[in-house]
Amino acid sequence: MSTVSVRDVTVAFEAVQVFDGLSLDIEEGEFIVLLGPSGCGKSTLLNAIAGLLDVAEGQIWINGKNVTWEEPKDRGIAMVFQSYALYPRMNVRENMSFGLKMAKTPKPEIEKRVAKAAELLQITPLLDRRPDQLSGGQRQRVAIGRALVRDAAVFLFDEPLSNLDAKLRNELRVEIKRLHARLGKTTMVYVTHDQIEAMTLADRIVVMKEQKIQQIGTPDEIYHRPANLFVAGFVGSPQMNFIKGRLENTGEGLSFLAGDRRLSLSGYPFITAPSSGQDVVLGVRPEHLEISSTGIWPGFTVDIVEPMGADTVIWCSDGVGSVQVRTAGSRRATPGESVTLHIDPAQVSLFAAESGERL
Amino acid sequence: MSTAVPQGRRPHRLTAGRIGVYAFLVTAALFFMLPLWIMVVTSLKPMEEIRLGNILALPAAMTFEAWIKAWSSACTGLECNGISVGFWNSVRILIPSVILSIIAGAINGYALSFWRVKGANVMFGVLLLGAFIPYQVFLYPLVRIFSLTGIYNSLTCIVLVHVIFGLPTMTLLFRNYYAGLPIELFKAARIDGGGFWSIFFRVILPMSTPILVVATILQVTGIWNDFIFGLTFAGRENLPMTVQLNNIVNSTQGERAYNVDMAATMLAALVPLVVYFVSGRWFVRGIAAGAVKG
Ligand SMILES: Nc1ncnc2c1ncn2[C@@H]1O[C@H](COP(=O)(O)OP(=O)(O)O)[C@@H](O)[C@H]1O
Ligand SMILES: [Mg+2]
Repeated sequence: MSTVSVRDVTVAFEAVQVFDGLSLDIEEGEFIVLLGPSGCGKSTLLNAIAGLLDVAEGQIWINGKNVTWEEPKDRGIAMVFQSYALYPRMNVRENMSFGLKMAKTPKPEIEKRVAKAAELLQITPLLDRRPDQLSGGQRQRVAIGRALVRDAAVFLFDEPLSNLDAKLRNELRVEIKRLHARLGKTTMVYVTHDQIEAMTLADRIVVMKEQKIQQIGTPDEIYHRPANLFVAGFVGSPQMNFIKGRLENTGEGLSFLAGDRRLSLSGYPFITAPSSGQDVVLGVRPEHLEISSTGIWPGFTVDIVEPMGADTVIWCSDGVGSVQVRTAGSRRATPGESVTLHIDPAQVSLFAAESGERL
Repeated sequence: MSTAVPQGRRPHRLTAGRIGVYAFLVTAALFFMLPLWIMVVTSLKPMEEIRLGNILALPAAMTFEAWIKAWSSACTGLECNGISVGFWNSVRILIPSVILSIIAGAINGYALSFWRVKGANVMFGVLLLGAFIPYQVFLYPLVRIFSLTGIYNSLTCIVLVHVIFGLPTMTLLFRNYYAGLPIELFKAARIDGGGFWSIFFRVILPMSTPILVVATILQVTGIWNDFIFGLTFAGRENLPMTVQLNNIVNSTQGERAYNVDMAATMLAALVPLVVYFVSGRWFVRGIAAGAVKG
């Protein structure tokens, strides 16, 4: 049974209409990440689920109940915002108990739940402080705590880590993941434009662009079998290399052809029947390229070397275009050096040049 | 002294430009201080001294008689109870008008910026338009309406008028302030189960201190200084201080008691003056915030 079900939803702002009948089903206990560039409609979708935005068409179901017309508080959800949205004139304890007070929860019960959430998030010593006496990381912890005490079945996160610096972001990311594991059956819908967050947190990622869902899949599927050029380019850093070319039927089956470079595709799992002569884009992740003397594509020169610690990214160019190769962190190269590249045909993705869809 | 190595705080030099600025500031200050000076010294002089005509001179024999007379026994037409009657009338008009107009403006601004009421923009536009139409246009229709409803010439009437005419400015002020608050705060409160009133009183109002101060200053000075509404709507019993001041100054028979007029005028200006002195800093801050956010 799915906890959250978005059915054919359209949201209308005064002038613009967002989503054209968007549907999405989220399983119970699942960690779903909505990933996409700014303006693609992630927040709008989350707000529609939360009931903070009225939908113009379609339905929202939560926990088997049609909540399309329900108030946010009656939907069994909790939400965490990018700007923390802590009530500035209340201390941490009051912030966390506000929702329970509104729901007329008995005092001892409020205290119990606040204490429990505070302990889980290690903010017990901060309970009597005001938000302006907290650091960004502490504020977001409190905001998560405030969501936690609601005992909601569904947690909604709208870019909760985007205002934090890199180190804190990593820490809190791990904590959110741990929290999800601890809470067990809690469903989480998490909005981000950061693909690392998406990859590390998600059970399934929903990649969005221009208010349309591009692909829904596990991080593995999204990373290794992107459904189209947009997903392929958006997920992964450094970016996937794209090489334009066409398909050609040679003696031993279908091959990819770009200039005089060739790559046999005999093992490629086509999902649509390819046709010879078709214009395609070959997508290769930097880690699936290798600088090797026994490689199949000679004639590249090293352009730029970017040592990143754990690995080194080497830009290689052949005069027509350039590709990024991810190598071991210890690997060094000199710009201008001639290299030969090896490509693993089992790891590539092929896209139709015209539609951008995966072949 | 030898030329110093540049280090630490940069020394201030008196340049020609700077002298010019100071000269201008001092002149401007004197220009605006002069009338006040004349008023203060005149009010402290007995009439014989005033007749000498040295209006800038300090009083030779200082006396508070004019002040006492202005407060408690100057004549406004037939009655001679001083301006104190008007003072208390103004206070009675001021307090409910300020409180009610601010509450109305705050609720309006809150509803307009957070609740996306249907037709909110149209309503706001109409309110703004109201702010730009000269008051005088409304006087006669309002007099007719109030006469028909039977509250014309009463405290209720004048308070109502102040609340109505304060609405556009107050709404604009609060709406702009609330537009600057993060909308996510409101969303969080909605998820926490807050309704229209509980969010207003528990979340929004506690964050409104700066704008409440600004609104109070604007309304106190505006309503205290009002003349035409008081004259038109308050009725004989409730005439505010400004109207009584006018009566004192204009109804004098024979020799003009300049010292009493000056004292009465300053008494009438006292409340706004105190408000400015006490809260000048807040005032500037609020106006600046409003201007930037506007
Ligand atoms: N209040 C609004 N009025 C009009 N258009 C809006 C409003 N909020 C969002 N939009 C539009 O909806 C689209 C999606 O916005 P949003 O959901 O905020 O994107 P994201 O969260 O993915 O950055 C954008 O194109 C934006 O212009
Ligand atoms: Mg967003």
